[in-house]
Amino acid sequence: MSIWDYANPKRFIATTTPALPWLFALAGGCLAVGLVWGFFLTPEAERFGSSVKIIYLHVPSAMMAINAWAMMLVASLIWLVRRHHVSALAARAAAPVGLTMTLIAIVTGAIWGQPMWGTWWAWDPRLTSFLILGLFYLGYIALWEAIADPDAAADLTSILCLVGSVFALLSRYAVNFWNQGLHQGASLSLDAEENVSDVYWLPLVVCIAGFALLFLALVLMRTGTEIRARRLRALTLRSQRLEA
Amino acid sequence: MPDLGRYAAEVLAAYAASLALLGAITWSSVSRWRRLRAEMERAERGRDG
Repeated sequence: MSIWDYANPKRFIATTTPALPWLFALAGGCLAVGLVWGFFLTPEAERFGSSVKIIYLHVPSAMMAINAWAMMLVASLIWLVRRHHVSALAARAAAPVGLTMTLIAIVTGAIWGQPMWGTWWAWDPRLTSFLILGLFYLGYIALWEAIADPDAAADLTSILCLVGSVFALLSRYAVNFWNQGLHQGASLSLDAEENVSDVYWLPLVVCIAGFALLFLALVLMRTGTEIRARRLRALTLRSQRLEA
Repeated sequence: MPDLGRYAAEVLAAYAASLALLGAITWSSVSRWRRLRAEMERAERGRDG
């Protein structure tokens, strides 16, 4: 069976619907274990005190905000090249989830930044590129809503997604591109000296798994919803034509 | 409850805001999924019947 078989909307819904309760349960389990572990069972950091516990929300949400846009980029390219409706609808379905992740990253970053940097916000390269990424999410969602013809909307939003990918990339690598600003480097690294210590790393990985699974569950569910909404519109139009 | 020291307000606010946002996106996704599924079943019943 090829992955392209899932481009059939009925098969997509039939395959993903039974998996949803399991995915939500796994996501909830990972989030509960990771957050309880991180909140209750990890020590304060020498420099950051108990504010280090915000890492379990900030890092996974920031990672998912960028990865959500990457997933939308792949789905948009598939739409542009192969014209599979399910891929365009999957990109549409992922946008509000990605926006939520971006908001969580910005809000938790601001709450952490106030006591640590002495300010809620700074026009630092990473913060600014993240804000622009959030605005791209808003524009992407608004463009889908603004265009009545779904295929035209899918075309235009796919192009917007390609353009926004520059800022998704900048959000990830801004710290490396511009060695300035308040935001520190990556918390997770293959370099043992840069990586956070194991006592924080283990619950953080569980939280990242929880955020990723929740993202997957939400996107699959929302894609199914978009497929149904599209089918419902088609049925309504057909019955209106028959009545006329 | 662990002793969060001088950053208690910040840590609790970050957790509250994040869980509220995650709860909101999950609730809105599930409720729209249920509504559309019910509408779809009604529409298909109407078309077949």
